[in-house]
Amino acid sequence: MSTVLLLLITGLGLGALYFLVASGLSLIYGLMGVLNFAHGSFLTLGAFLGWEVARRMEDGSWLTFGVSILVGAVVGATVATLTELLLIRPLYLRHIEQVLVTVGLSLATVALFEGIWGVDPIYVVGPEWLNDTTDIAGALIPNDRFVLIAAALIVLLGLVVFLKRTRYGLIIRAGVENRAMVTALGVDVRRAFTLVFAIGGAAAGIGGVLASHYFGYVSPLIGGSLLIFAFIVTVIGGLGSLTGAAIASVVVAVLQQFANFYLGGTGDFMVVALLAVVLLVKPTGLLGSKA
Amino acid sequence: MIADPILRVEALSASIDGQQVVEKVDFEVPATGVTAVLGRNGVGKTSTLKAVLGLISRSGVVEFDGVRIDGERTHRVVQRGIGYVPEDREVFASLTVAENLRLAARGGAPHRDMVDELFPDLVARTAQRAGSLSGGQQQMLSLARVLMNDNRLLLVDEPTKGLAPRIVTEVAAALERAAAVTPVLLVEQNLPVVRRLAHTVVVIEGGRVIHAGPAAELLDDDERTQQLLGVHSTDHSAPRGDTDHSAPRGDTDHSAPRGADNTREETS
Ligand SMILES: Nc1ncnc2c1ncn2[C@@H]1O[C@H](COP(=O)(O)OP(=O)(O)OP(=O)(O)O)[C@@H](O)[C@H]1O
Ligand SMILES: [Mg+2]
Repeated sequence: MSTVLLLLITGLGLGALYFLVASGLSLIYGLMGVLNFAHGSFLTLGAFLGWEVARRMEDGSWLTFGVSILVGAVVGATVATLTELLLIRPLYLRHIEQVLVTVGLSLATVALFEGIWGVDPIYVVGPEWLNDTTDIAGALIPNDRFVLIAAALIVLLGLVVFLKRTRYGLIIRAGVENRAMVTALGVDVRRAFTLVFAIGGAAAGIGGVLASHYFGYVSPLIGGSLLIFAFIVTVIGGLGSLTGAAIASVVVAVLQQFANFYLGGTGDFMVVALLAVVLLVKPTGLLGSKA
Repeated sequence: MIADPILRVEALSASIDGQQVVEKVDFEVPATGVTAVLGRNGVGKTSTLKAVLGLISRSGVVEFDGVRIDGERTHRVVQRGIGYVPEDREVFASLTVAENLRLAARGGAPHRDMVDELFPDLVARTAQRAGSLSGGQQQMLSLARVLMNDNRLLLVDEPTKGLAPRIVTEVAAALERAAAVTPVLLVEQNLPVVRRLAHTVVVIEGGRVIHAGPAAELLDDDERTQQLLGVHSTDHSAPRGDTDHSAPRGDTDHSAPRGADNTREETS
């Protein structure tokens, strides 16, 4: 029982990381039709700069941890905004070129990060409490899982409130459904493009800092490895659906944990198998409307 | 030709995915009343409206109230005061009625009261998702999105398509009321509605304008109407063959006479 609980909560924690990446991917694809391969780079840069700021502050304090998360968010949002303005926007509606640019950017930035920070993992130090465990019904759960889950819930809640309650949220929801008609009502939908990049980048940057604490290190490849699963999550959840991304994040990560433990480390394989099944049964994903 | 037209289109061409769908179209829309765009299925009526708005890639001259707008992006064109009611409504199905209206509101939506009065059905359903509205209600929402704003021109694409006769009458009445203050460019296959609303008609065939003139003149000439549109203009004439005027959205093309106007289509 305690093993099941440990796997479940660890799965939720990992799912939280997937969600922080997948939420932006899904919104960007839903609104703009662009699969953003550079999303992992937003995450990695957020993680590195979060660490750079943290190591100049007091080791292991909560303030340092909080500031590094904030830095991750700001860095992610900034670099995502610049990417949209400088690389995506000039290629408006040329989806293949836009995707190629993001692929190129992700390759180039990994090389750049390796040049700056080297290829070896850099170990990060967080508040002591994160490395402790909490006893839940006999299961000793590492505390960082709770932080991950809380962060993802806060981001999810923030996104839902933003999408439901603000004018730009309205524009984005309408744009995911029918972008051309939004412009035909006199709304400049391109501003919403920049905004979803910024929001997605911020979530990825937060995810980067949290991922570095979850894995215990930051490396130039940290974003790319999470991005693969985030893409799978996005497709399973339904491209463009935030709720779908949230559900699929949890399903994929929990499945991965259980299969790794009980089925001899076949977690990644099971995830891909799930992807195949979903695509065969419901090609639009769980909650998506676009193929 | 017309003194101070609100819209002037000259040598307008447009393509979708590299395929030309509008070919050097010229026409003018007077600053008052309803101008109807007629033509068989698939001749490029919808594409012409989309080209005016910049929703599809186009070339040529589009002048709105004397100002060139063909280089402007769609939202700018609309902000100048052009309201667009698309074919098939295109309401946002996942948004509520209220959200659809809020998204479309420009400049404080000064005519919101008139819209509420025209479409009481919608007022009762502000919290309902637009996707769950009936076809007629969706059309009213699509019209309401546009009529509540201050516009200087309305582009309305087949607003009566697929609606029950009573709703057709309601939609026509709403358009008539709007047209009293705002000029309308109306694509419409329902000829009684055209007769009721339009002063001028423009007939398109194969992406080109093949006829333009007073609406009554064309519709009073049944033979000419049959020749240009493949349907009869008169309400009471019995359906001949499969050219049933009461169902003008059907396969009217193959029943069209092989007259002079068709050869133009084939050479264009
Ligand atoms: N998205 C598209 N991709 C390719 N071709 C298209 C597309 N939309 C329209 N077309 C083609 O452009 C031509 C003109 O279409 P358009 O919709 O403008 O005609 P229409 O006169 O409005 O027809 P209808 O009376 O049926 O509404 C048609 O031949 C149509 O097949
Ligand atoms: Mg049409």
